[in-house]
Amino acid sequence: MAHIQIQQLRVSYGSLPVLNDINLEIPDRQIVAIIGPSGCGKTTLLKSMNRLLDLNEDVSVTGSILLDGVNIYDPAMDVTCLRKRVGFLPQRPYPLPMSIFENVAFGPRIHGLSVLSAGGGGKQAEKSLVEHYLRLAGLWDEVKDRLDEPAAKLSIGQQQRLALARVLSIEPEVILADEPTSALDPVSAKLVETQFKLLKENYTIILVTHILRQARRLADYIVFLYMGDLIEHKPAAVFFSAPDDEKTKAYISGEIS
Amino acid sequence: MMPSGNKQFIISRLSGGRRIREALALVSGRLVLILINALALLIFCGLLWKAAPLFGIISVSDWLFSSSWHPMKNQFGLFPFIVGTVSVTLLAMIIAVPVCLGAAIYLSEYAGRRFREIARWLIDILAGIPSVIYGLCGVLVIVPFVAFLGELMGSTTTGYSLLAGGLVLAVMVIPFIISISVEVLRMVPDPLRECALALGATRWETVKYVVLKKAKRGLLAAVVLGFARAFGETMAVLMVVGNVAQVPVSLFDPAYPLPALIANNYGEVMSIPLYDAALMSAALILMLVVGAFSLTAHYTLLKIGETVDS
Amino acid sequence: MNPKRNREEKLFRILMVAALVLVFASLAGIILVVAMKGLASLNLSMIIETPKGGYYLGKEGGIANAIVGSLYLVTGATILAFLISLPVALALQKEYIGRRAAAITRLVLDILWGTPSIVYGAFGFVIMVYLGIRASLLGGIIVLTLLMIPIMARAMDEAVRLVPFELKEMAYAMGATRVETTLAVVFRQALPGICTGVILAFGRGIGDAASILFTAGYTDEIPTSLMDPVASLPLAVFFQAGTPVPEVQARAFAAALILLAIVIIVNLIARLLGWRFSKHIVR
Ligand SMILES: Nc1ncnc2c1ncn2[C@@H]1O[C@H](COP(=O)(O)OP(=O)(O)OP(=O)(O)O)[C@@H](O)[C@H]1O
Ligand SMILES: [Mg+2]
Repeated sequence: MAHIQIQQLRVSYGSLPVLNDINLEIPDRQIVAIIGPSGCGKTTLLKSMNRLLDLNEDVSVTGSILLDGVNIYDPAMDVTCLRKRVGFLPQRPYPLPMSIFENVAFGPRIHGLSVLSAGGGGKQAEKSLVEHYLRLAGLWDEVKDRLDEPAAKLSIGQQQRLALARVLSIEPEVILADEPTSALDPVSAKLVETQFKLLKENYTIILVTHILRQARRLADYIVFLYMGDLIEHKPAAVFFSAPDDEKTKAYISGEIS
Repeated sequence: MMPSGNKQFIISRLSGGRRIREALALVSGRLVLILINALALLIFCGLLWKAAPLFGIISVSDWLFSSSWHPMKNQFGLFPFIVGTVSVTLLAMIIAVPVCLGAAIYLSEYAGRRFREIARWLIDILAGIPSVIYGLCGVLVIVPFVAFLGELMGSTTTGYSLLAGGLVLAVMVIPFIISISVEVLRMVPDPLRECALALGATRWETVKYVVLKKAKRGLLAAVVLGFARAFGETMAVLMVVGNVAQVPVSLFDPAYPLPALIANNYGEVMSIPLYDAALMSAALILMLVVGAFSLTAHYTLLKIGETVDS
Repeated sequence: MNPKRNREEKLFRILMVAALVLVFASLAGIILVVAMKGLASLNLSMIIETPKGGYYLGKEGGIANAIVGSLYLVTGATILAFLISLPVALALQKEYIGRRAAAITRLVLDILWGTPSIVYGAFGFVIMVYLGIRASLLGGIIVLTLLMIPIMARAMDEAVRLVPFELKEMAYAMGATRVETTLAVVFRQALPGICTGVILAFGRGIGDAASILFTAGYTDEIPTSLMDPVASLPLAVFFQAGTPVPEVQARAFAAALILLAIVIIVNLIARLLGWRFSKHIVR
């Protein structure tokens, strides 16, 4: 069964329709890349999947998104629980205004995960949790001696991997990543990409990207959006070798961007 | 390492406490906001309630436009005090506004960043000086100066006068108005300035034709806020203005503004109930005028913010 | 460049510099006058003694009553105002009450902010008469609290509003509730601004005379209970400056100097704290 099913999703900001009638199934434990020109609604689609759109007052969402068969827009759904299951990695990695350690410990603390892990909790359990996630994000070696420093002092590339560690720390099933490498230099971008490839063993990863080559390198499945419409979606190999739609062909060949 | 067990179960069990905390915070947040709004209403209604008995015996026109202030005879014409307040405030603004504009434009348009920061800090200090200290300096410096000036001009004056009040008040509101004005001027986007400069305009021409035009409304708001500030200022003015209940006709005459009237007489007048009401009505006038002015200013200020943003 | 334009440029520049010089000169003048008069009257007994035999009469004694009184008044009021203002500023975020209600409350706070302190004094007195409280430490604290709330709340609100939305979004995206986001992210990010707000309000409160004129009273003694009347520095200046008795005037000058010093130091501290607490700030 597909991990996430999007059915007749429509989103508008005030009177401006941004997503029109999206129907999409997202497979489990793969990397799905959402591509499309700027302003076509990629970020909006991504944020609709963990209801971050709710923070915007004049946004309206209709249709449904099923996570493991349960509609996340059901009024009975607890958004904090939903967001714990569906993590979000932003375009610009804002660190939280606290130390590196606390950045990673924040999620487990609020969700009470550190108490439950390693049988009993306490400072030691929290420390090992933080280490675990920093290692998963490929950041541990760089920060292990400066965990108490403000996270704002890290470089942008390190901040993005810290954000990754933070997402992982809440033990999500799905990771939504909004152009996670766009603010990074090529070396840091490579590091993040490598982590993603490792992570897809255990997580469903939905990745928004501007970079077609990145989508080619990483994605198992491609979703192409254009001006709020879902134009085409299929496994990556087929998508790039045999696109159906004229717009897709134009986009892949770089005629529209 | 990984948290084990049924995740769903963990979440639903833990979110109970979180949900209660969230609900508590939401409720208390709403309560404090209601409290604030209620407080404003309470102040207004409290003053109104205490002032109301006055209007049982005198008409509104007597109250505002009669010059006879004889509390013992139940005559409560506030006219001299209103004139006192308005004239001392206007005088202060006439002195303050050109100085403020000059200083603010210099700080915003000519001064370097470092100098601007330091100057604004000093101006903040000036704005934070308590009004009794302004009053004290007024008594020590400005009152003798005004007395001297009066002698030169051939009028007999003690120095405690409208002019002294206006001068002290001007010095008090200047830092306040400059602060806001500099902020308003800094909101004008730099590209506009560069545009004018690129066309060969001098600095001053850029200011005159571009910056001031764009910042007009905000500067007006700063002046209006300054006026409201000065209108309700009590102690400093009280200490130098002379406090004689008459309509002043020259700058060297003493005046008696509304805040001074309240400060000098309140608390001792419980024996004459209507006197009490009259003073409350003076406080009400202050609150209404100042409230109206700050409302207007905040609306114009807000609008300027929007136009500059877009 | 043509000479007329050049002349205009120069003329206005000179006028502007003159205006600025005037402003700084008045600051320097005030500090100088207060320092000269104050230093001449300041000595140890002035600071540690209460007036002997009536603050309005001569005789020896100092202004310890006013120094301690002011600290009591303003410390009490700052704490109370903080306890109300912080929740107000945090609850003004749009997540809690929506944009409209927040805008209305801000408007009300702005009006309260501009309301003259003499009006607070008069209103406070009405309340005290209603409750049957005499002019006292308690009365003064209540009125100063009212006066300080809008100053503090608006300053804190500005700081809270400067927290980037993306930062809050990060916490929400991790499944944090509004309270958790507010306490862990918003509060910490806004902490320098919040401290500045508290200190700013403290500075305004300690200098305000009109609001405590009828509500705190004045006395030679240091109060021992909340119901005792209390002396204060601004009123020490006000009541004692106008007398012809030199010893009494000296007390006014000393009080003015101490008050001015406190206000300037408080301003400095506000700045330093702003830097000190900005360690974790994300820019
Ligand atoms: N908060 C908002 N309020 C109003 N309109 C918005 C808002 N956020 C996005 N939009 C509009 O919605 C449309 C889609 O925006 P979205 O951010 O989803 O595009 P995107 O595909 O992520 O673009 P990019 O590649 O540039 O990030 C755009 O036209 C944008 O102007
Ligand atoms: Mg986007």
